[in-house]
Amino acid sequence: MPFKRYVEIGRVALVNYGKEYGQLVVIVDVIDQNRALVDAPDMVRSQMNFKRLSLTDIKIDIKRVPKKKTLIAAMEAADVKGKWEKSSWGRKLIVQKRRASLNDFDRFKLMLAKIKKAGVVRQELAKLKKETAA
Amino acid sequence: MAPKTARVTRNPELIRGVRKHSRSQMYHKRGLWAIKAKNGGKFPTHDKKSVGAEPAAAEKAPKFYPADDVKKPLSNKRKHKPTKLRASIIPGTVLIILTGRFKGKRVVFLKQLASGLLLVTGPFKINGVPLRRVNQSYVVATSTKVDISGVNVEKIDDKYFAKQAEKKNKKGETEFFEAEKEEKNVLPAEKKDDQKAVDAVLLKAIESVPELKFYLGARFSLKAGMKPHELVF
Repeated sequence: MPFKRYVEIGRVALVNYGKEYGQLVVIVDVIDQNRALVDAPDMVRSQMNFKRLSLTDIKIDIKRVPKKKTLIAAMEAADVKGKWEKSSWGRKLIVQKRRASLNDFDRFKLMLAKIKKAGVVRQELAKLKKETAA
Repeated sequence: MAPKTARVTRNPELIRGVRKHSRSQMYHKRGLWAIKAKNGGKFPTHDKKSVGAEPAAAEKAPKFYPADDVKKPLSNKRKHKPTKLRASIIPGTVLIILTGRFKGKRVVFLKQLASGLLLVTGPFKINGVPLRRVNQSYVVATSTKVDISGVNVEKIDDKYFAKQAEKKNKKGETEFFEAEKEEKNVLPAEKKDDQKAVDAVLLKAIESVPELKFYLGARFSLKAGMKPHELVF
């Protein structure tokens, strides 16, 4: 079981603690054993402890500590946002966020929809059972 | 108006208790001699009020003096401010009632009454909650809104909900009990009509939104995994 996601310049990571919780950032430099210099299009470049970062599969092609414009261009070229939203991890987070923002009325409608779907599934199952039994 | 400069006192204090000018000097400084001269030798006064009322009251001595001095309570002129309505509660909001026999029911908010209580209705046909008053503290406001523009609740206020004065039927004891029981539980037809009038308009607005009718008919309850402090209502 070797490691697959390495800390390297250009690695995209998800912040899992603190003020920027949930944001995607790019590692632009390594400061020492514990800290990295981290940057994102909508935040000021700052240092973060590795413990606050969860590495993702996405990596972009940049030189050490690029200018903000270069970074943004590289992120667009690699389509970080698109890749993230298509990945199963990214999709899960989007669904979680949507579920958390549901209104009381939305939750009620969701319940009705689930019951309806279960009803349809059960009908089909009953049909299939009948066919195999016959 | 020209800006008012701070008024300088005519009679400054030299040291505590001692002013600069004497009584007669101040009389001259204030110009009272000039005012009197202008008004024909007398200082101008207001007309005395009708002299009739005062002597009449002072003449009659009270017949009864209380033995001990009764202290008069201090006058308190403070008035309550109307209860501040939460920003999330506007007419048409769906509220969840938390206590009482209608706990868990989802209800439509109509208006805030003068006493600060909220006027709500089920509508009655959907969930059995009539036109009712409810306290803001025992209610959760959801972000669902119903269109309430056609509803007229002008004539409903706190007096509408006051208890009917009980009739005095103290004739025979056994008759008294039976008669009371029959009269108590009947709701006057007028109130039923008011309910129907308000609900008729509301029902149309509710039925235009899909599934809202069933939503209002269902009760709210916490299920496993629901954290109230994390729920968006």
